[in-house]
Amino acid sequence: MLSYPFMQNAYMAGTLIAIISGIMGVFVIARNMSFLTHTLSEIGFAGAAFGIFMGWQPLNGMLLFTTISSIGVGELGAKSSRRENSITAISALAIGLGILFLSLADSNASYATGILFGSVIGISRANVVQMMILSISVLVVVVVIYRYLKFDSFDPIGAQVKGLWTRTLSVIFLVLLAFSVSVAAQIVGSLLIFILLTLPAAAAKYFAHTVGMMISVAVAFSLVGVWLGLYLSYVTNWPVSFFIAVIEVLFYFSALVYQRIRA
Amino acid sequence: MTESILQLKHLFFAFPDKQVLNDLNYDLKRGDFLSIVGENGVGKTTLMRLILQDLKPSSGTLDFLPNRQAVPVGYVPQFRNVDAEYPLSIQDFVGLNFAKIGLPWLTAKERRRVNEILTETKLFDIRRRPLGQASGGEKQKAYLAQALLDRPRLLILDESTASLDPIAKTELLDLVKQINENQQLTVIFVTHDIPLARRYGDHYLFLSPGHYEAGNISELTNEKVGAMNNA
Repeated sequence: MLSYPFMQNAYMAGTLIAIISGIMGVFVIARNMSFLTHTLSEIGFAGAAFGIFMGWQPLNGMLLFTTISSIGVGELGAKSSRRENSITAISALAIGLGILFLSLADSNASYATGILFGSVIGISRANVVQMMILSISVLVVVVVIYRYLKFDSFDPIGAQVKGLWTRTLSVIFLVLLAFSVSVAAQIVGSLLIFILLTLPAAAAKYFAHTVGMMISVAVAFSLVGVWLGLYLSYVTNWPVSFFIAVIEVLFYFSALVYQRIRA
Repeated sequence: MTESILQLKHLFFAFPDKQVLNDLNYDLKRGDFLSIVGENGVGKTTLMRLILQDLKPSSGTLDFLPNRQAVPVGYVPQFRNVDAEYPLSIQDFVGLNFAKIGLPWLTAKERRRVNEILTETKLFDIRRRPLGQASGGEKQKAYLAQALLDRPRLLILDESTASLDPIAKTELLDLVKQINENQQLTVIFVTHDIPLARRYGDHYLFLSPGHYEAGNISELTNEKVGAMNNA
């Protein structure tokens, strides 16, 4: 299986995606941003379609759209009720725009399916290199601001009292999330990104008592999901995102059962 | 004479629709245990937000002495976003306060300080317990430990005991009083609970709509509380 270059690329990309998603997912869960992550993935769809329309790499269109919107959402501020409604509106607009760009680009249906549901065979070595650069950038920033991010995500009141620049932190985090969403979409597709960015971390929460441990468990869950998903997809020729979704959902429900038994 | 660490001079504060603080003057001395009492809406929280520099006075001054940097403030609010599924241990939660750029994990020196403060707040034996599963009193102690981690000179307890049972209240305040006396830590204790304010405070600041009164805690009699509330 690994003698095929497309599978090598898929495994390399998948590993990067799993690591980034596991780490970022922990903060997504802590900051209650699952809904926003889902919306960013829809915005990513519009961005990818825009990229195709402009004749760019879909990933570049995705990066452009998700980054701009993440800064915009950060500017909406902390008023959560207003934010939720605004996010719903942005989400609807993004899907509409995505459909428009795809139609204007006159691309075939398989392209749209690839963006929405992900694909194993569509990843080139150049894509892998670009994803690697993005992933490393995300990782470096997370490591540098880790203590701030941890404080603000797990104890926002404490962080505010301490006088941390929580507003700036929030925007930085959203930009990192935009990068992660764009990278992860390459394999699982924009519709299913939130699976990797939420479920492994949501499951890890029940097995960990420190943030470091939660990250390790989330990365492990996400790696198992991606590696096993790619293998099963190769063997059965079924979509990889289907397998990743099923595996991560199983992890999540097992974690809930574990929690119930332990309680 | 004991040095001052916080001086409020002719402090006024108004929200667009309401005057809250009206010519407030107070000189907070180092090592004092000041109970701030008063009913809801008289400006206790507003005053704390002014001290934490989350709000700016409409007029007047609020000065830390010798300067703001020399008086690190620890703040223990009544509420935190900690539910039953909160994934961090007490130890990890307390360590959050070592927030800085760079190394993601705590250094050996920082870990020693976390253990020291856990011992001081009597949490060391349960340091690995998830905070979400701790009792109300243990949670408040963990919030206190986090606030004490980087050695504040002024500690603010903002209704921190309001949701605790009587035993947990006493335990927490005994602990704070002990640190206040042993380490000359200045404490501002915001509360509705007059008997508790009387039991632990050295001085009081009674806020009521439009005016205030301050003095030694022994002067905070039931008659005075009744008179102030009816004023």
